[in-house]
Amino acid sequence: MNIQPTFKLTTTINSIPVDAEIETRTLLIDFLREHLGLTGTKRSCDMQICGSCTVLVDGKPVSSCTTLAYEVNDREVLTIEGMAQNGELHPIQQAFLDEYGLQCGYCTPGMVLATAALLNENPRPDDTEIKSFLSGNLCRCTGYFPILNAVRRASERISKEEG
Amino acid sequence: MLNQKYGVGEKAPRVDGPSKVTGEAKFTADIRLANMLEARVLRSPFPHARIRSIDTSQAEALDGVVAILTGTDLGDIDPYYGHAVRDRPIVAIDAARFAGDPVAVVAAENAYIAAEALELIRIDYEELPAVTTLEEALAEGALRVHDADLLRLGLFHGLGDFRPHDNICYEHHMTKGQAEQIFAEADVVVEGEFRFPAVYQYALETHAATAVWHSSDQLELWANCQHPYLVRAELADMFDLPKANVRIHVPFIGGGFGSKSYTRMEPIAVAMARKAKRPVRVVNSVTESMWTSRRHNMICRMRTAARADGTLLARTAEMWLDTGAYADNGPRVVATAADAAPGPYRWTAYQIDAYGVYTHRSPSGSYRAFGATHLEWIGESQVDQVARKLGMDPLEIRVKNLLKPGEPVRTPGKPMDADLIGDIRKIAEGLEWDKPRPPKVGRGLGIGLLAAGSRPVSTAFARLESEGTVTVMVSTSELGQGARTAMSQIVSQELSIPLSQIRVPDGDTMVTPYDRSTGASRSTTLAGGAVHLAALDLKDQLITIATSKWQVARSDIILRDGRAWVGDQSATLSELLFYHFGFSGGELFGRGIIRPEQGQGTYAAGPVFWEVCVGGVELEVDEETGRIHLRKIVSVADVGTAVNPAMIKGQEMGGAAQGLGNAIFEEMVFSDGQLLNGTLADYRVPRMDDIADEFVSYIVQNEDGPGPYGLKGVGEGILAAMPAAIVNALADIGIHIDELPATPERVWRAIQQSKSV
Ligand code: FES
Ligand code: FES
Repeated sequence: MNIQPTFKLTTTINSIPVDAEIETRTLLIDFLREHLGLTGTKRSCDMQICGSCTVLVDGKPVSSCTTLAYEVNDREVLTIEGMAQNGELHPIQQAFLDEYGLQCGYCTPGMVLATAALLNENPRPDDTEIKSFLSGNLCRCTGYFPILNAVRRASERISKEEG
Repeated sequence: MLNQKYGVGEKAPRVDGPSKVTGEAKFTADIRLANMLEARVLRSPFPHARIRSIDTSQAEALDGVVAILTGTDLGDIDPYYGHAVRDRPIVAIDAARFAGDPVAVVAAENAYIAAEALELIRIDYEELPAVTTLEEALAEGALRVHDADLLRLGLFHGLGDFRPHDNICYEHHMTKGQAEQIFAEADVVVEGEFRFPAVYQYALETHAATAVWHSSDQLELWANCQHPYLVRAELADMFDLPKANVRIHVPFIGGGFGSKSYTRMEPIAVAMARKAKRPVRVVNSVTESMWTSRRHNMICRMRTAARADGTLLARTAEMWLDTGAYADNGPRVVATAADAAPGPYRWTAYQIDAYGVYTHRSPSGSYRAFGATHLEWIGESQVDQVARKLGMDPLEIRVKNLLKPGEPVRTPGKPMDADLIGDIRKIAEGLEWDKPRPPKVGRGLGIGLLAAGSRPVSTAFARLESEGTVTVMVSTSELGQGARTAMSQIVSQELSIPLSQIRVPDGDTMVTPYDRSTGASRSTTLAGGAVHLAALDLKDQLITIATSKWQVARSDIILRDGRAWVGDQSATLSELLFYHFGFSGGELFGRGIIRPEQGQGTYAAGPVFWEVCVGGVELEVDEETGRIHLRKIVSVADVGTAVNPAMIKGQEMGGAAQGLGNAIFEEMVFSDGQLLNGTLADYRVPRMDDIADEFVSYIVQNEDGPGPYGLKGVGEGILAAMPAAIVNALADIGIHIDELPATPERVWRAIQQSKSV
């Protein structure tokens, strides 16, 4: 028999409290995708290079492919499924639509969340700041120009709403 | 709602956008079936080895392991596949032929257990000598990767003559006139040997398949395949089932770029599900996907001869493309490379000899703009070299020699169907070609042709429901290219209904009708052509109903703003259906069928259209480090008619980024058959901080394509043009590159060399 050690996880995912007993080795990405069915979080490189598995933990971007689920105990996780509120797209999501900032859409959840993290930190980033912050998120479809435009537009909108 | 309409030519929003920004869009690995197992694949560590025995007992004893598949489980089926050459077993039977070749598969209750079990499988390998480079495989008396006499053709080879010999899997030759004679007498001759690297497509979503073997031999799959109908045929053939018993669903695909062309992980998923008697999902890691498909590395020798006035006269090219251990789409890549070798010029003579070579390396297949990407930079750098020797301007020499519409490209085959001179002039305009270059800034142009469209067979239905909603049944896979949006716009255009009333569901071979494939820039032209006909068919039926309702002539009826009109009377589509069926129910179907206009639509008779691969760059180089900085990229999308200009621009920018990667960053490095940089930590693709300072994109609409509204496909050309434009821009500032990628180290060495002469 191979008995895997387990862990009693208490966390908050997209503002909803979640309690679960998991194998300690469970990665956050698998907890989200396989246990909770939150498949918006995507896996690609599996080694913290591509950013497609990005989620926010207490507002900071984290690669869920290289984070163990128990590390988010007592913390707040935001996944792509939690971005839209009351059926309204988040301004970042709307900006990605308006600027054609996606094609296949596989990088998009990670891009949207990384953008949210960037704009939390720095609401009016310049192009160099955007490029350097998002260079940890790969996209093979768009050539990045439309994503850059989406981030610019989101930043403008959010600062207008808040300003 | 009236201004919600987005017909052809409008910048319509992507119909799949909302589901993609919210994470709702389902990709293959997002689908979890009840009772499903996860499979993981054990792969050979050796480039070539005989498998003496496999001991799975320890792995089987692991709690949660349900079944293990090895070559001995395949005795009752035909375990070999390959649409071109049937050379590849589901898992190794006698021998492994590349480092990464599947040898065994574990299905377990979850992926962690499956991964653990792989470590417990004991394989007794006898390591064998291997030919792991083109040079080794081509050497006199080289060890053979396959016994050529035993090779069988696949179901979709389309190869004409198939005579494999030695390690040559396939060869393609094209001859016009007497090239050698011209070389002997020409005023100018340039020649060189060039190398193109192995490249990984890197679709972010890796290859994945989920299979269920239902009772009464009904097979059901979810797979991220670009060509579900071809995969269905191969699976049916291998597992001895009627094709109709094989049902493949194609959810959203996270990028294809050719990597998901033809059969990939589906046979493993099916064989495993058949053995485990439960649904099985298999999802590759990035490393495994690198082993599953890549671009051919190539060696090419080329010569170009010209007259002193700049007239191009003759070209010869010999090229050897490394197809790895299995042919995959290698034969087609070889033929397309041969097609691209002359370039879009008027030649008196050429001799093109292209070879696909088996080696003990991971197999090579399709990657966006294959063939053209391999050859365009080579041919175009020789055109510039000729121009330099003659003191001619690179634009001028091209304008002088480019094919004009209607001139033959190759015989047999479709004559030139685009305005190449107009296209290259646009690029020059975008580069401000006539303005003096700032010091140390190079500008380069590239133009070439890609045989596009594949076989012209596509079909579609459009289903009009009683509320006026149209569901488009078409098997084009949505890879991100925007097929569902383009198809919706075509229907919107013809039926005059808003996009909100149109839907395009996932492909499903039980429901959505036959389409040959999603690739070769064919979908909007051919599947879109079928959708266009289906929409016209519906329109026709609606007009017939309206004629009967109002007792007027057909020509009195028009469709506008979602309604049928006669003068100022009108009815919604829903009201017309109510009238027709007598209550709120009943549906209409429109059908669209595209087939070859003449003959069998073969590759040789084609292509469906010549995709123009044109682009330009302006760059500068840091002489200390050899790093290239792109100041500007200029693209021209010669599309006939633009269905959605914003999405076309997206294709151009994305294709250019991949072209940039192919030209200056990307190379799969092998040593003794082992892939050394098999993760994204070591394999460098372009990032957001690599993009050019400026992207200028033009759309040319000459309505000269074979699709509806005179459209033709787009999306590959710019990728092939980028390496050509970059290499020429480097040469413009005295840096000569004959091997890609033009990494900082290579560029730096070339700078040192140019200083020493
Ligand atoms: S999958 Fe986590 S960073 Fe790539
Ligand atoms: S949209 Fe496909 S990877 Fe970014």
